[in-house]
Amino acid sequence: MNEVLLPFILTLDATLRLATPLILCAMAGLLSERSGIIDISLEGKLLSGAFAAAAVSTVTGNVYMGLGMAIVVSVAMALIHGFACITHRGNQIISGLAVNILASGLTVTIGFAAFRQGGQTPPLSADERFGPIILPFADALRDVPLIGLLYSELLSGHKLIVYIALISVPLVAWLLFKTRFGLRLRAVGEVPEAVDSAGISVTWLRYRAIILAGILCGIAGAYLSTAHGAGFVREMSAGKGYIALAAMIFGKWRPWSAMGACLLFGFLEAASSRMQGVELPLIGQTPVDLILILPYILTVVLLAGFFGRAVPPKAIGEPYVKEH
Amino acid sequence: MTGQDTHHGMRGGDVSPPPAVELRRINKRFGRVHANRDIDLTIDAGTITGIIGENGAGKSTLVSILYGFYSADSGDILIDGTPVALTSTADAIRCGIGMVHQHFMLVPTMSVLDNVMLGREGGFTLTDGISKTRKRLAQLSEDYGLEIDPDALVQDLPVGLQQRVEILKALLRGARILILDEPTGVLTPQEADRLFEILRMLKQDGVTILLITHKLREIMAITDDVNVMRHGQMVAHRKTKDTNREDLARLMVGRDVLFTAKYHEKEPGAPILEIDALTHHDSRGSTVLSDISFTLRAGEILGIAGVSGNGQSQLLDVLSGIEPVQEGTIRVAGEVIDSRNRRDPTALRQVGVAHIPEDRHHRGLVLPFSAAESSILGYHLTDVAGSGLFLDLQKIEARCADLMQRYDVRPPDPQWRSGGFSGGNQQKIVVAREIAASPQVLLVGQPTRGVDIGAIEFIHKELLAARDRGCAILLVSVELDEIMALSDRILVMNAGRIVGETAHGEADPNRIGLMMAGIDPNNARDITVQETGAA
Ligand SMILES: Nc1ncnc2c1ncn2[C@@H]1O[C@H](COP(=O)(O)OP(=O)(O)OP(=O)(O)O)[C@@H](O)[C@H]1O
Ligand SMILES: [Mg+2]
Repeated sequence: MNEVLLPFILTLDATLRLATPLILCAMAGLLSERSGIIDISLEGKLLSGAFAAAAVSTVTGNVYMGLGMAIVVSVAMALIHGFACITHRGNQIISGLAVNILASGLTVTIGFAAFRQGGQTPPLSADERFGPIILPFADALRDVPLIGLLYSELLSGHKLIVYIALISVPLVAWLLFKTRFGLRLRAVGEVPEAVDSAGISVTWLRYRAIILAGILCGIAGAYLSTAHGAGFVREMSAGKGYIALAAMIFGKWRPWSAMGACLLFGFLEAASSRMQGVELPLIGQTPVDLILILPYILTVVLLAGFFGRAVPPKAIGEPYVKEH
Repeated sequence: MTGQDTHHGMRGGDVSPPPAVELRRINKRFGRVHANRDIDLTIDAGTITGIIGENGAGKSTLVSILYGFYSADSGDILIDGTPVALTSTADAIRCGIGMVHQHFMLVPTMSVLDNVMLGREGGFTLTDGISKTRKRLAQLSEDYGLEIDPDALVQDLPVGLQQRVEILKALLRGARILILDEPTGVLTPQEADRLFEILRMLKQDGVTILLITHKLREIMAITDDVNVMRHGQMVAHRKTKDTNREDLARLMVGRDVLFTAKYHEKEPGAPILEIDALTHHDSRGSTVLSDISFTLRAGEILGIAGVSGNGQSQLLDVLSGIEPVQEGTIRVAGEVIDSRNRRDPTALRQVGVAHIPEDRHHRGLVLPFSAAESSILGYHLTDVAGSGLFLDLQKIEARCADLMQRYDVRPPDPQWRSGGFSGGNQQKIVVAREIAASPQVLLVGQPTRGVDIGAIEFIHKELLAARDRGCAILLVSVELDEIMALSDRILVMNAGRIVGETAHGEADPNRIGLMMAGIDPNNARDITVQETGAA
């Protein structure tokens, strides 16, 4: 029986690996957007995080130093975004776009100057990358039908960051709905005046939200270059930041639903690579490209109001101005 | 040593306590507008103090400074005799100041509990705060009769209860000084009475209350002191018991004010708007209008009286074309509108149906637009906006300046942002725009909500003048006084039906009041007779 299930489980395993950066970025976007700041700069933070992680890891030989630097760089990018659109009340889309362009240009330029490999970092050796974590009893349970296989093949054997991503969802949900910070965050994204009038600084609250978003994106970046991949290649984020944004909207700005959407989008990607070149009855060659644009199509369909209404936070995109 | 001496001196002697609030030479400018000029104000502890003044006089600005929401350009603030620096609302809250804003500061998508907890959650996680806040809410509801369902979403509550949430918010933060900025503007008379009972109880418990209102009746009924502002200055201070409505009105406006408009009988002309068996359901399927029929003639004001929320808003929506007709027919200027023949608001404006909407912020104006742009909303395709493809900005601004002159809009600046005008001045812009279109039919919703007495007098005069020119006016208002003063005929609405009709001369506020409450006045009289007979 296990032989029949294995391809399935391997696809799900790939889904988890592909969804990891999406989940982290979606949680980042969720925190930022719930506070009222549109975050299309997920892409740029992810990319710069990936570069920083690989560069520092290859230079120091320590993958955790890489992770740390990824977080620092990503938070710095978030602060640029925040400085432009919180402190200076700039347009959030344009500021986000600027961060993305900056990341795309800087990673290649610095990479080229530092490593002279056409914008890439040198390939990372095994101990400059995150290694798989084998959960306890994974080997012993392998032969137990179904459950054992799910445990040892699907759950066990991932990189640390995959587990961080999985934990980040309940953590963000808890933060958002069970803590003081979350209450204020949700309020500031809806009616910032109410937060201000309650004696809470709108600016500081929003900065904290985007700093958290920066941290999560930095971790996601480190995953791309030092866990999933083995080094940085130019434009390696490849639109994942945007897909995460779509997943977050698809999940209606709610953590668990957003994670569901990330897994769905991850699954589509995993399935499309598995189906590459496979002949399907009636259709012929699997339309892989079609599967890959499904996340975007689904999001547009959702926004058009087909699966219930997705209501964004009310104050999103509007800088907070008290005196006009 | 000396410090201690003064301390003892203050306790021992029979020195009267320092005023709860003292403002000294407060100044505040918004760009070119000098909203507060050298304002001095003293409020004694444990009193109810009123502030009155025309729209744009600077009342909201002044109390927002006291609440730390705006910071003053110059001036001093003393709380209980001690100078304080109020650089943020957090400072003000710490000084025991609470505020119920003119436009509520609530998060509609969150529960009452979440809203009142915001800013005083009592720890990083919420569990503790939630149970404590529930207890405090129950306590406050017992002490002051402020009942509320803590788990209801704010957006589902009627405005009266939303305001209660605002008051609870302030009390939960331990406010000893409570500011209310036009709290009764959106309340029904019953809700307003209830609010005043609560304020009296709070006063008895030593809370100092600062009340802004346009209703002089309320000032006379509840305040101990009253202060008058005009053009950003504090122009008078009176003990309420030493003054009267006429006196205050004169101080506010600088001239005598007519409290009731000069109504005169006039024979109406031909029918212009005929409504037949109009029935309407809202998105949830409940019936909001049922079987409404009436006729409106040229040169006639037809008043619709009713407690808010009894279908008046929906009636205006359907007649103005915002909502399509579902059942029944509307005949206007010869056109027939029903569920198959729809007309949108633009098409209706073209046949001469103008609309002064109830909610000026959402439907009357685009707040970020300039006054000039707002002055052509809905008429941008007509020649007031220029001819051909382009807007003629010079023409629009010149016309707007002229309207502002005639309607006394302040500041009279066509380029001023619509959102930067005070409420009453925003209303004047909307009224000016719609009347200037010389419509055949004018639909009017709450024309004087939040508007000062001078402007009320003016708007009433304009409505009567439009009537005399032959305009047919449908006037919807929750202010019974307003309906009775202006209407040639009055229809009373209750639960989506028309439950009574009276002519101008025969209108009796008690009878209308009973009908508004859904009680048949003929039976009600029997009941009172019986009761008095038994006693
Ligand atoms: N945020 C703001 N930006 C620019 N101008 C403002 C702002 N708030 C108020 N003003 C201007 O300051 C003046 C005073 O406004 P304020 O709201 O204090 O008046 P008010 O007395 O409360 O009037 P109302 O009775 O209509 O509420 C007005 O001329 C108004 O246009
Ligand atoms: Mg005001």
